[in-house]
Amino acid sequence: MATVTESLIHEAPLVIAGRPLRSRLMVGTGKYRTNRQMVDAIHASGAEVVTVAVRRVDLDRSNEEGVLHHLDPNRYLLLPNTAGCYTAEEAVRYARLARAAGFTDWVKLEVIGDQDTLLPDVAATIDAAKTLIDEGFTVLAYTNDDLITALRLEDAGCAAVMPLASPIGSGLGLINPYNIRSIKARLAVPVIVDAGVGTASDAAVTMEQGVDGILMNTALAEADEPVRMARAMGLATEAGRLAYLAGRMPRRERAVPSSPLQGMLA
Amino acid sequence: MNAIEIHLNGEPRDVPEGLSIEELLRRFDLQPRMIVVEHNGDILRRERYGEVRVGPGDALELVHFVGGG
Repeated sequence: MATVTESLIHEAPLVIAGRPLRSRLMVGTGKYRTNRQMVDAIHASGAEVVTVAVRRVDLDRSNEEGVLHHLDPNRYLLLPNTAGCYTAEEAVRYARLARAAGFTDWVKLEVIGDQDTLLPDVAATIDAAKTLIDEGFTVLAYTNDDLITALRLEDAGCAAVMPLASPIGSGLGLINPYNIRSIKARLAVPVIVDAGVGTASDAAVTMEQGVDGILMNTALAEADEPVRMARAMGLATEAGRLAYLAGRMPRRERAVPSSPLQGMLA
Repeated sequence: MNAIEIHLNGEPRDVPEGLSIEELLRRFDLQPRMIVVEHNGDILRRERYGEVRVGPGDALELVHFVGGG
């Protein structure tokens, strides 16, 4: 029987497009030193949603490079991305190819606007989202930490909106907590912070803003020990979520004793 | 058997005339269930890999899932 304590600690799972997910942490599969390390890190993270990219097969190399050789699509929800696409048309083409693989109609939509910063082209992202949603895709849209764009993506029918913490692969952490909070306050669909988290404290601080989840890749893949970092990120995501639900104490500019002032010896 | 030139993943390649998509994948040691094929701009359903044959000048893209964020 669930005790009161357990009911306070275990909340209902995050649900996206009707699907309950076993973790609020989502992870990528890119840039690991070995496939073994990738598989172990993903396992250690506790994530269920795992992103993958769509690319040409390298015809001159072994056929063992595909991610499906290493990850069981029955155990993980493989979420294809449109990373590397710079136009709405290109992103739509990649999404269609991904869906044709036959695993999911979910897509992490990403339309990049600039090579140096990898910041999203938000107008093209909204266009592509509309096309894909018309075609029956479940769209999780990567976007800037801009409230108006987030609202437009929700209006377009996106199943989740994924504002960045900071640029992709930067590891700079959550640069603008206010923007993320304002997006979370206004959207009904889940808000997943995607990109920029560097270490466990970044993940906790991000979750403490009240968002529904985090997606990360480089922070795990480029850690000295990805498996340890993956576990740390899983714990930090959960810790940040619980701290948000618990509600933090007020900040004060002066000390307040924790022990009674009464009963001191004369 | 005559060879024809096709554009395979952006590169010109000579393949035997009359080759099916399924045979093409086998030549490169690729498992059909791991691959998505775009044939002249259209995604080809997997059930059709056996019947569709490549013709001269065809553009084929063979894609799969790789690591990404």
